[in-house]
Amino acid sequence: MSFPWAKAYEPKAPLMRFLDERLPLPRFVYNAVGAGYPVPRNLSYFWNFGILAGFCLVLQIVTGVVLAMHYSANALVAFNSVEHIMRDVNWGWMLRYAHANGASFFFVVVYIHIFRGLFYSSYKAPREMIWLLGVVIFLLMMATAFMGYVLPWGQMSFWGAKVITGLFGAIPLVGEPLQIWLLGGYAPDNAALNRFYSLHFLLPFVIAGVVILHIWALHIPGSSNPTGVEVKSESDTVPFHPYYTAKDGFGLGVFLIIYTLFVFFLPNALGHPDNYIPANPLSTPAHIVPEWYFWPFYAILRAFTSDFLLPAKLWGVLAMFSAILCWFFLPWLDRSPVRSGHYRPLFRKFFLFGLIPCMAVLFWCGGAPAEEPYVMLSQIATAYYFLHFLVILPIVSLVERPEPLPYSITDAVLGTPADDGTVKGHMIQGENARPAV
Amino acid sequence: MASTTGAAPDDAMTTDGDSGTHPVRRRDFINIAAVSAAGVGGLAVLYPLISQMAPSKDVLAESTTELDLSAIQPGQAVKAVFRKQPVFIRNLTPQEIAAADAVDVSSLRDPQTLAERTKAGHGNWLITMGVCTHLGCVPLGAGEGENKGEFGGYFCPCHGSHYDTAARIRKGPAPTNLLVPEYEFTTDTTVVIG
Repeated sequence: MSFPWAKAYEPKAPLMRFLDERLPLPRFVYNAVGAGYPVPRNLSYFWNFGILAGFCLVLQIVTGVVLAMHYSANALVAFNSVEHIMRDVNWGWMLRYAHANGASFFFVVVYIHIFRGLFYSSYKAPREMIWLLGVVIFLLMMATAFMGYVLPWGQMSFWGAKVITGLFGAIPLVGEPLQIWLLGGYAPDNAALNRFYSLHFLLPFVIAGVVILHIWALHIPGSSNPTGVEVKSESDTVPFHPYYTAKDGFGLGVFLIIYTLFVFFLPNALGHPDNYIPANPLSTPAHIVPEWYFWPFYAILRAFTSDFLLPAKLWGVLAMFSAILCWFFLPWLDRSPVRSGHYRPLFRKFFLFGLIPCMAVLFWCGGAPAEEPYVMLSQIATAYYFLHFLVILPIVSLVERPEPLPYSITDAVLGTPADDGTVKGHMIQGENARPAV
Repeated sequence: MASTTGAAPDDAMTTDGDSGTHPVRRRDFINIAAVSAAGVGGLAVLYPLISQMAPSKDVLAESTTELDLSAIQPGQAVKAVFRKQPVFIRNLTPQEIAAADAVDVSSLRDPQTLAERTKAGHGNWLITMGVCTHLGCVPLGAGEGENKGEFGGYFCPCHGSHYDTAARIRKGPAPTNLLVPEYEFTTDTTVVIG
C-alpha cells in the first residue's frame, strides 16, 4: 500500500540494485519504516509506543535466548540454575534483570499503546484488523509472561502455575481433566515446568509473526493520528524517515533511561521477594499475587464471591477472560463516526473519569489482599469496566454530538485562515471520519 | 519531493536547502552525536552478550585439582580430572626413564627431553594431559593392560598416534607431545594441577 505521493525506492549503488532485483528486502524496509512510508505529520508522542513495543519484543528475545543458554528446565535444578545465572555466569545478573524488567516494561509500553488506541478509537474502520491482531498479540504476551514467571521455580512461580491452571479447572465437566492434562500431573512439577519452558521459548516467535501481520495491516490504511481525520493530501504527511525515526529515537532514549534505572538500581522493585524462596508444594505464601501487569484481570477474577446460577469460581474465570475478549468487539460496539477522543466530549469524560480510574482501581485491588474494602472496590470497578465497553460506549456513540473536526490534518496543524484572516476550525460532521479514497 | 525524474547525484546536496553553503550546521553535529552515542551504546550492549558465553565462575573454579600420589607404585599410572579433561599421572620405572633419555632429541617431531617435561627432584613423575594433540581423543596406556603403543607410552586409538615413555609424539598424525599442564608439588606426595 501507499499514498500515491510515497517516495519510490530507487537504489543507486549497483550492489543495491542487484539485490533489489533478486530479493527486494531493502525496498521492503524502505517502504515500511523508511522514507517510502508517508505518515501523518501531527503524531504525538503517544504514537511512539508501537515502535517501543517492537523494541521490547526484540530485547526480550535476545536476552531470553541468552538466558536459555544457562537455564535448566528441571524441577530439581531450575531454581539453582537461576542462582547460577545470577552468581556465576558472566553478566548473568544483568541479563536476567534485563529480561525480568524487560517483561514489565513491555507491558507498560503495551498498556499505553492499547489505551492510546482506545482514546483515539484506532480500532475503527478501516483499522479493525490491526486492532484484532493487537488483541491477539496481547493474549499471547500474557501467556508468554505467565509461563516465563514459572521458570525460576520459586514460591510465586509454583503457586502462580497452580492458581492459573486452576482457572481451567473451573470449566464445567471437562475442567478438572483439562487442568491435569495441562499440567501433566496433579500439581505443577517437572512435566509442567518443561512444557512451560518449551512454550515460553516458542511463543515470542509466534508473537513476532503476528506483529508482522499487525504492521502489514497497519500499512494498508496507514497510521492513524490524533485528529482522527484521514490523510487527504501530501501536505498531511511526512516521510517516516527521517521525521519519525528521529522522534521514535528520542522516545526510545527516554524509555531506555527509565528502563535501565530499574535494571541497575531497582532490579527487584517490580518482582516479588517470595520468588527467591524455592518452590514448596506443601506451603502457600501468605499473600499470593501475580506479576503487577496481571493485577486488573486478577481483581476481576476475585470480584465474584457468591454463586449466582453458576458457581462463583466459574463467573470469575468467565469475567476475567471476557474482560479481554470484549476488546475484540470494540470496532462494532463504538458506532461513532468520529475517531479521536479530542472531538468527542461525552466519550472523553467517560474515558478520562470512568475507564482510567476504573483501571487504576482494578490495578490497585489486584495487588491488594483479598479482603475488604478491596473486594467491594473490585466489584464496583469490574461492574463499571463491563458497563463501559458493553453499554456506555454504544450509547454514547449514538447520543453524543461531536465537536467540529478540522477539514484536514494540515488544517489542524496550521489552522484554516478565513476571509477575515482569523484562524478557525472547519467541519462537516461525520464527513471527515471516513477515509478519503 | 516526489520527483519523477531521478535527481542527478550532484543535485542531491543542494536540494537540502542550506546545506551547500554552511560549513557545519547544528543539525550535523546533533546527527553525528546521536548516531555515535547509539553506536557506542550498541557496542556496550554487545560486550556482555558475548562475554556471557565464556566460562562461568563455577567452571573457572574447577581450574585446580589437588592429588595425592602416595598410592601410585612405579610403573603405574592413574587418570585424574582437570578442567573436565583427563590428566595422566605416571610413576616412571628406571627402565622407562632410561628408554626416554636414550632417544636422540633432535630426531623428535617436538624436541623435548624427559627432564624438561618433569619437575626437578621429581623426575619419575610424568604428569601430562590425557588429550591427544591430534584431535582430542583420550589415548590408551594409563590403565592396566591397555595398549601402550610401539614406544611403551601411550597409544591413541582414534587415528593411531604413538607416544613414548615421556609422552612425546613418535609416530602418527599428532603434531606435538602430550601437553604438560602447569602443576607444582606442595609436598613430596601431593601435587596441585593448574
